[in-house]
Amino acid sequence: MTPLSGFLLVAALVFAIGLAGALTRRNAILVLIGIELMLNAANLNLIAFWRYGPHPAALTGMMFAIFSIAVAAAEAAVGLGLVIAIYRHARTTDLDQMNRMKG
Amino acid sequence: MTFAFYVIAALTVAGGLAAVLLRNTVHCALAVTIAFAGLAMLFLDLDAQFAGFAQILVYIGAVAILIVFAILLTRNSETPRDGVFSRNWFAGLFVAAAIFAVLGWAVLHSIAVLPNHAAVPAVTVAQIGQALVGRYVLPLEIVALLLTAAMIGAVIIALDEKGRTK
Repeated sequence: MTPLSGFLLVAALVFAIGLAGALTRRNAILVLIGIELMLNAANLNLIAFWRYGPHPAALTGMMFAIFSIAVAAAEAAVGLGLVIAIYRHARTTDLDQMNRMKG
Repeated sequence: MTFAFYVIAALTVAGGLAAVLLRNTVHCALAVTIAFAGLAMLFLDLDAQFAGFAQILVYIGAVAILIVFAILLTRNSETPRDGVFSRNWFAGLFVAAAIFAVLGWAVLHSIAVLPNHAAVPAVTVAQIGQALVGRYVLPLEIVALLLTAAMIGAVIIALDEKGRTK
């Protein structure tokens, strides 16, 4: 197993764990945590390909990962704000109980 | 494949698994912080110092704190009454396992064309800064705009509605 495939396997495992969390948990905050794990796994892929790619001095993969981290931070802020707004409205963060389109 | 890689990878995967499997939401937030730290160490292992420290600053410093705040602001989310997994958890687990199987198969059965023992790229923070204000200046400005919009949007969304008493 080459070093690159080792990192890619770890990224795939973290992605699958995050996806399982996002699909199976009932708490909305835990679903957001799963989404964050998936984003982090994608960043790990980008950095690994940057490190073992043909032109690391061009910084392309590194820049992509840095911008991805910034976008993920914005996503976390808005997502958790939405969770708090929904909690204030429905008094729960249980996604199985949020089954009404009309408040 | 060094020994450090295996240790950090095991730590990261264990943190992620604990974040998904634990019952208490606060414990999940702590476990996901461990996973974030493990990913930052993997970035450092890949000689991406700037991305590693940005990961520590943004994820452990900001996102983990945000998650803990959200958990504390939604009080009854800490102790689930009837199970923490949704009714159709089996379908979700199946989808995740299938995707991991496909990704793992693709990684293990692809032919390596990239040089797998490339020299350590000598990238300094000064070079990254030059690239950020040179070649990548437009994405940088767009990210600045996005962060401002996201901040204002998050405040407006989480703001109490007018005329409503709690």
